[in-house]
Amino acid sequence: MSGTNGDGTPSAAEAGPVTVLETPIHIDYQFTAGLAQSRFLKGISEGRFLGQRCPKCHKVYVPPRGSCPTDGVATTDEVELANTGTVTTYCVVNVPFQGQSIEIPYICAQVLLDGANIAFMGLIQEVPTAEVRMGMRVEAVWVDKSELGPNLRSVKYFRPSGEPDAPYESFEEYL
Amino acid sequence: MADSDVLRAPHVLDYPYKRSVGPVIGAFLTGLRDGRILGVTGSGGQVVVPPAEYDPITGQDTGEMVEVGPGGVVTTWSWAASPYPDQPLDRPFAWALVRLDGADTALLHVVDARRPEAMSSGMRVTARFLPAEQRVGHIKDIECFVPEAVS
Repeated sequence: MSGTNGDGTPSAAEAGPVTVLETPIHIDYQFTAGLAQSRFLKGISEGRFLGQRCPKCHKVYVPPRGSCPTDGVATTDEVELANTGTVTTYCVVNVPFQGQSIEIPYICAQVLLDGANIAFMGLIQEVPTAEVRMGMRVEAVWVDKSELGPNLRSVKYFRPSGEPDAPYESFEEYL
Repeated sequence: MADSDVLRAPHVLDYPYKRSVGPVIGAFLTGLRDGRILGVTGSGGQVVVPPAEYDPITGQDTGEMVEVGPGGVVTTWSWAASPYPDQPLDRPFAWALVRLDGADTALLHVVDARRPEAMSSGMRVTARFLPAEQRVGHIKDIECFVPEAVS
């Protein structure tokens, strides 16, 4: 195992043993949003949050999937939601990872938009991370009108709205 | 809302994974880089290729590394008539299990046989390695197996 192989290339003893194997994975999808999410994404490209209400339990889902997961019926009734909401839970991201585009630490939160019955994931900014809390009232900050598109990059982040905190009972169902 | 209003977009996922290979697979890959195929002795004395850290039947530690091949026997095969872009060969080939000389288990690889009529279970094949300067310690260091008669 020392010296060179018959053809003069370095043997394993010189090049060192193989310890790592690169196994890159590349998956090439074509994503089809479906009717309900397409409506939602078109709303996003207009700077609006569009949800759908279940005709049976009357819960409002955002983003809508076109059906109610509880009742199994189609949700055809469209509802425009407010630009404001309540932080239900959040996490402070302190760990860097490949492809990270935001400077750490940053906050990723579940925001219950006013009028919705399910929380929506977003960033919380314009506030020190230590001041973010459950029940904090926030508002969406959108990109400039010219940059709005049918994707969630259109919602830059949420920031404190300045309203008093929502009482725990108002969002405990959504944790 | 019409079906034509449904949004579609490309969605590409890339995972730049790297795996630590451990001492046994590491030795196997190092062997491939050197142009040699290594197996490992199982707890019952059988030779396992590709080698594993534990005997696949008893779960006990495996023993010495042993060199096998480069010739062997096709135990079973399947014809790939229209290879996909990332497959090992850009022309029709056979996926095959090859039991290398000196081994008791078979290794999955490809046989460059050009046409399915050239394939049969029990046929002799031999490994064709990439040139040494192109070998990196990867199963693809074996470019393919070829029927022994035309090697």
